Amino acid sequence: MAALPASGAAAPAAALSVRGLVKEYVRGKRVLDGITIDFAPSGLTAVIGPSGTGKSTLLRCVNRLVEPTEGAIVFGGRDVVPLAGKSLREARREIGMVFQEYNLVERLTVMENLLAGRLGYTAAFKAWLRRFTQEDIDRAYALLDQVGLAAFANQRADALSGGQRQRVGIARAVMQRPRLLLADEPTSSLDPKTSVEIMGLMRDLGREHGIPVIVNMHDVELAKRFADRIVGMSGGKIVYDGEPAGLDDGVLKTIYGGESWLA
Amino acid sequence: MNTATRRLAVQPNWWARAGWILLAAYVVYALGRLDFSWERFVTGLDNGARFIGRMIPPVIAQPDSLGKGLLESMEIALLASFLGIVISLPVGLLAARNLMPVWATWPARAVIALARSFHPVIVAIIFVKAVGFGALAGIGALVVASIGFIGKLFAEAIEEISLKQVEAVRATGASFMNVILFGVLPQVFGRFIGFATYQLDSNLRNSTMVGIVGAGGIGGTLFSAFQRFDYDFVAAILLSIIAMIMVGEVLATWVRGVFLEKGKVSDE
Repeated sequence: MAALPASGAAAPAAALSVRGLVKEYVRGKRVLDGITIDFAPSGLTAVIGPSGTGKSTLLRCVNRLVEPTEGAIVFGGRDVVPLAGKSLREARREIGMVFQEYNLVERLTVMENLLAGRLGYTAAFKAWLRRFTQEDIDRAYALLDQVGLAAFANQRADALSGGQRQRVGIARAVMQRPRLLLADEPTSSLDPKTSVEIMGLMRDLGREHGIPVIVNMHDVELAKRFADRIVGMSGGKIVYDGEPAGLDDGVLKTIYGGESWLA
Repeated sequence: MNTATRRLAVQPNWWARAGWILLAAYVVYALGRLDFSWERFVTGLDNGARFIGRMIPPVIAQPDSLGKGLLESMEIALLASFLGIVISLPVGLLAARNLMPVWATWPARAVIALARSFHPVIVAIIFVKAVGFGALAGIGALVVASIGFIGKLFAEAIEEISLKQVEAVRATGASFMNVILFGVLPQVFGRFIGFATYQLDSNLRNSTMVGIVGAGGIGGTLFSAFQRFDYDFVAAILLSIIAMIMVGEVLATWVRGVFLEKGKVSDE
């Protein structure tokens, strides 16, 4: 599916629209310096850039795990930035997130972690008694099959390997029936082979459910292999936005600085 | 460093040495002030031997009183533990500074600090004055003790959890209660069970004491036997208390076995 073109050709309505996003953790030091970017309703976008350049901050502002200092983030027809309470939770339900360190609840079973994806739709009393709807339970088992972890349904999450945990993390995000999937360095803690599997899984699930996937990552080769569109950030600004093929050495030097690391 | 100091592996800390010497001097001085003499010690040994002689053999002089007292102590301990655990859960949660705003943590921590300030017997005296003699006062006193203990440790356990797991649950759009249920409690449940069973054990021991000030249980029976110089009955009561505490140990171990995995002392 086509990614959003860089120039103003007729574009599909953006699923996510970031407008002038600014984030200062410390007054005066901008980690995000007025980011404006649109994301189409499909396709996998990889955000690359040096550590500390705000890639993770950008993603976390979308689901308000980090509070933006200025700017607007339009998702599902409304600005997410001023939301609070119930409307914020409703917006978060629509956004699935995958984390670098999986962030599974280790003492709970794999099934319970998956069903945690439905907590935005489940009352606390029912959640406590683990009385999720049959539909949720059936979907959970189906997703578990799809990611190849059916045998682990009742194992504690901390009994799984890193790659297995990340698959559970992705399944948990998909359980939300989200309209957007965010992934914050999902492969940084995984070996090369597992990283490829995880990227493939996210791309395939994104296509299957027709939702856009935005992934932060360090591995440029992996990004080129799986992304439909690459966004390069440096110093809190976007310095590249286009096709993976356009990532030549010159562009990479602009993004990361320095030459010796380039082959 | 010159060659002299280089000879030693660890440099001498002269401040620490001075501190130890001062401490030793104070101990000797304090012992002198407390009328701690050798003659008293020897006389005491002799008295002690005669005292133990009167306790052996133990005689259950009043079986009804003994049975009632023991039963009441156990009831006080169990009820106080149950109520204390139920109250400690929300109080401990409110006191966790990594989850709660300041207007919740300050009052909760104040309540816990207050509950910990006094020995259970002193609290029992207050309750006896407030609600009268009997088991209700004892239960009240031990509930306060439980809140102080479990509440403080529970709050500290919550402050040590991984917030990454909590963040992930929050990102799904879960409500506050759901975040607590799925993100916080699973991480601290094991330790909570450990604290709860420890407090059950502690309450069992304390329940034998609150009776001395009239708050119910075997303590009252023990104290009146003592005042009547019925030392052989005192011995019987003491032995039965030991038996009760051991039963309580077994109970606590069983509870831990049910909630935690086999062979674990705590869920680490």
